[in-house]
Amino acid sequence: MSDTVKLRKKNRTLKPEMLVLEILTILLFILFMFPFFMVVLNSAKTSREIIFNAIALPSSWKQLLTNVSLIFNNPTVDYLGAFVDSILITVFSLLVIAVCSSMAAWVLVRNKTWWSTLLFMAFVSAMVIPFQVLMYPLVRWMRVSGSFINIRLLGTIPGIVFAYLGFGSPLSIFIFHGFIKNIPLEIEESATIDGCPRGQIFFKIVFPLLQPIIVTVLILNGIWIWNDYLLPLLVLGSNGRVQTIPIAVTAFAGAYLKQWDLILTSTLIAMLPIIVLYIFAQRYIIKGMVEGSIK
Amino acid sequence: MKQSRAVNILFVAPCVFAFIMIIIIPFFFGLYYSVTDWNGVSNKVNFVGLRNFSNLASSPDFVYSFLITIGYTLINIVLINVVSFILSLIVTSKIKRRNFYRAGFFVPYLIGGIVLGYIWQFILNNILVSVGTAYSIKFLETSFLSLPHTVIWTMSVVNTWQYAGYIMLIFVASIQSIPSSLMEAANVDGAPYFSRVIHILLPMMANAFTISLFLTLTTSFKQFDMNLTLTNGGPATRFMDAPVKASQLLAMNIFNTATANRMAEAQAKAVVLFVALLVVSLIQVSVNKKKEVEM
Repeated sequence: MSDTVKLRKKNRTLKPEMLVLEILTILLFILFMFPFFMVVLNSAKTSREIIFNAIALPSSWKQLLTNVSLIFNNPTVDYLGAFVDSILITVFSLLVIAVCSSMAAWVLVRNKTWWSTLLFMAFVSAMVIPFQVLMYPLVRWMRVSGSFINIRLLGTIPGIVFAYLGFGSPLSIFIFHGFIKNIPLEIEESATIDGCPRGQIFFKIVFPLLQPIIVTVLILNGIWIWNDYLLPLLVLGSNGRVQTIPIAVTAFAGAYLKQWDLILTSTLIAMLPIIVLYIFAQRYIIKGMVEGSIK
Repeated sequence: MKQSRAVNILFVAPCVFAFIMIIIIPFFFGLYYSVTDWNGVSNKVNFVGLRNFSNLASSPDFVYSFLITIGYTLINIVLINVVSFILSLIVTSKIKRRNFYRAGFFVPYLIGGIVLGYIWQFILNNILVSVGTAYSIKFLETSFLSLPHTVIWTMSVVNTWQYAGYIMLIFVASIQSIPSSLMEAANVDGAPYFSRVIHILLPMMANAFTISLFLTLTTSFKQFDMNLTLTNGGPATRFMDAPVKASQLLAMNIFNTATANRMAEAQAKAVVLFVALLVVSLIQVSVNKKKEVEM
């Protein structure tokens, strides 16, 4: 009796087409992960070892730490500084985008007038403009307007955070708009009757309700801003005081031509924070990406 | 009433201000600069009419970039959608560890174009070539990035590696929203797996394909970061009796033109990119929407 059960179970797991699928998937998965293996493997080698044999296991994993410290103590590229700046720029931009866009979206949803429709349409249609049309006039305009109001916009963190607010708000407002539309108005109305001031209604009642969609907005913008290259390059410059990780990585590749031990280690450090974050917040990130694209 | 009006203005102000400063004003400057002789150095900018645009038609590097960008986009659309569709079928099947695979296939999307460009440059120029020489596999001995006729295809493969996991998520969400009774009913009727996929799954996923086509089309057309660090436009080839860079896509052509201080010309190219993108994506979305209704 128990033998037949076992046999049946075995039969089910060994269904030939499922087995083929399993094997194909594992192969496909290895193919997808192969570049990451190679980065880790070769980040733990010296330049000579890589030239000698790029696919072999490293002779000593200690070399990984040596390479990492070489990167962080490098005299030509301030990698640690770029790392800190990248975090600051991403965090401040996300904060500003999340708060400002949700405020704006709420006003645009709750006021059905000609100007709210016009503004919303303007935000949405601006999303089709490719960055290439804007980038050079933007740099010139930031220089001119910055010197006019006597605030340095180019080469500073506030300047680039402001630029990210401009580029990030259309999509974020669009996403918040869709979500706020479905929040029943009655909650806000009863608060108005209770004498709660309009500004506070948003922060005390509406904003807490937005939490799931805020996660979506943060993830969509966070991945983009962390990896963005052209905007920081143009606004901060390739050798300005403020740098970001992608700029530092290109600086390494430019300064140490074909020294793959250093270049690969610098890419490994650049990927690490986002992959660690992904391991812990995988569920939210996948959900956020899907929601952001479908809307 | 007065108070709520003040709140309205205060709440939309940050986004609207950033939007005007960062997108609207640079956009109109951008359109204007494309019909001037702006060189980025001199403060005097003169109107020259459509001269920049008429010059583009006879400039080999631009025509070449435009054509290969279209080719690259077409290859990408096919490759990314086919691979993503297969991946989405795998991770929605009854296979073991499907959530693990789904999470893994998405990882490349988290890595920015700059970083993954270097990683793949290393894999294509070092790993594959060293495998090719070690085992004397003829076609691996020269890097795919060094031949004009393989470089675009190679970039497409790298791009597919990056985007397939993301598009897969969109397909998975779509598949999961299809009532499972539909597929099961067909299963009971004895319809083979592939005909179930073609006759039930695909039509039900029309909406997801509209999104994925739009995303793959626009991102391929504007591709820059990976292009810069993977090939930097190389290798050299000839087109219209002039030397051109074999893998210089449109966005990189614009970037290189501006780096050479031909700002007005770069701006005219960017406007062409904008119009082309607008026309193609409008056609694509309207065609797809029509199909969705019919189905």
